[in-house]
Amino acid sequence: MNTQSNTLPESFEAQTVAPAALTAVRSMYWSIRRELWESRSIYIAPLAAAVVFLLGFLISMVRLPQKMRALSALDPAHQREAIAMPYDMAAGLLMLTAMIVGMFYCLGALQGERRDRSILFWKSLPVSDLTAVLSKASIPFVVLPLLTFAITVATQWIMLLLSTAVLWANGLNAATLWMRLSFFQMSLYLLYHLVTVHALWQAPIYGWLLLVSAWARRAAFLWAVLPLLAIGAVERLVFNTRHFTAMLENRFSGGGAEALTMPGTFPMNPMTHLTPGTYLSSSGLWIGLLFTALCLAAAVRLRRYRGPI
Amino acid sequence: MSVIAARGLRKAFGTTVALDGLNLCVEEGRVLGLIGPNGAGKTTALNAIVGLIPYQGELKVLGRDPWTERDQLMRDVSFIADVAVLPRWMRVSQVFDYVAGVHPRFDRAKAEGLLAKTTIGRDRKVRELSKGMVTQLHLALIMAIDARLLVLDEPTLGLDILFRKQFYDALLNDYFDRSRTIVVATHQVDEIQNVLTDVMFIHRGRVVFGCSMEEFEARYLEVTVNPEAAAVARALKPIHEGDVLGRSVLLFYGVDRQQLAALGDVRTPSIADLFVAVMDNQAKWAPAMAHPEMAQGAVR
Repeated sequence: MNTQSNTLPESFEAQTVAPAALTAVRSMYWSIRRELWESRSIYIAPLAAAVVFLLGFLISMVRLPQKMRALSALDPAHQREAIAMPYDMAAGLLMLTAMIVGMFYCLGALQGERRDRSILFWKSLPVSDLTAVLSKASIPFVVLPLLTFAITVATQWIMLLLSTAVLWANGLNAATLWMRLSFFQMSLYLLYHLVTVHALWQAPIYGWLLLVSAWARRAAFLWAVLPLLAIGAVERLVFNTRHFTAMLENRFSGGGAEALTMPGTFPMNPMTHLTPGTYLSSSGLWIGLLFTALCLAAAVRLRRYRGPI
Repeated sequence: MSVIAARGLRKAFGTTVALDGLNLCVEEGRVLGLIGPNGAGKTTALNAIVGLIPYQGELKVLGRDPWTERDQLMRDVSFIADVAVLPRWMRVSQVFDYVAGVHPRFDRAKAEGLLAKTTIGRDRKVRELSKGMVTQLHLALIMAIDARLLVLDEPTLGLDILFRKQFYDALLNDYFDRSRTIVVATHQVDEIQNVLTDVMFIHRGRVVFGCSMEEFEARYLEVTVNPEAAAVARALKPIHEGDVLGRSVLLFYGVDRQQLAALGDVRTPSIADLFVAVMDNQAKWAPAMAHPEMAQGAVR
């Protein structure tokens, strides 16, 4: 058999490589679709949050004409701050929703298939453990950020159109609203924030949760949380420092310090406050990504060994 | 090249030895029945063959190492585990979409055709189906995959006899051909007797008996001995002696049928009869085999 394959012409090998890559992409695509079929909360929860927020926004519309009249007395910077506030709130709410959904998804992703024994079915198909784990990891790293972006932009558009309609109906000019909001820049800023903070900076959180999910037989939540609390407590007791806890807080809060100057404020022109250089050269980013890669590699290995629970 | 070649396969879970030097060799075009008591190591052996668990010893399935090459191997191997494993949240159409997406040898039209013969709706969720329907669905999937080896671990467990018969009829009539190989582990020995080309008994992680069905039917005879002929019959060295309604039932290997007919009622035993005999002998004198030459585990 070996002698046969050695004598095969090279063109044959080249032919088999292309379909192999294609097969890998197809497997990945269908595995991700499968995840979305299984965990519909991935898109339902953000959509529901957007709908709830829009309802609240609709009710607040009652006071909009009054608010706009009061605003005209302010300087542009303050006008901008006041106008953008509900839009930031919408983005913040959706990002928080996506984060919660992502964390719970990761905790269940590799444990659920073992608990319902469906892992025996998945493993009876020509899909590698690597593809399976990466397709699950792509939910918090790729799918949720993109989904959050799309839903947030759509929500903000609806808010803007609603506001405009209400102002017109009251005989007011919506020009201030449109001028101060700079919608396109706001969207770009949002995308930058989602990629730098939610997909990459918080990657270790999701990596860790996936690892615990692949490892734990039960009580994945406790296994995910208690060791972290324990490390923090031990550090406090032994060294009387709190570096570990501070690091965790930094990851959870987004640690935007590297990606943006003045995190937490909405600047006049957000684009001038992006600091991708500082962000990309911060060791925290790369250490986090390395940790994530290690967690995923361990999860792939564990999935190979672990059978149904 | 053998479809499955295992030599000295060992697997222990903690202190429990599940496979204790299992030897197995299955050629293309065979339908092998793997039979053994609970805890004999059947499932462990099948799991090792489909790359679900690591093992010690040599094992090649279609020339590949199942543990390190499971994903490539699964293009040519289909597998139904002993429990319903189709994800309960999935819709039937989604199961088809997904398998069609990831399996290069899946013929979707064929699967849809097989499904149309059942009462399963395409929009139903797996959790809404009865156990029999889930098995029908899984069978439709498996039969639409152009695999070279099919591994079945108690595929009909918990199904009624009609479903079980349907299952094996479909496999044999519409799926099996001489270029495919099937390995099936089951307790329902007699039901699959006519399906098999070879049979193998596993006990305590080892193959304790193996032969082809032709040989089985040609060489084994069971005699319900008349009481007065018992002594003569025992002199012919039966491999097993049982008791049914006060009469001795003796199992012979390679003894002439005419000779036995004089001693009582002769019939071809079922696999279950032989299985009971072999297990009984195992229990009596564990290391000494009734027919050691039969226990090499080679299926030719």
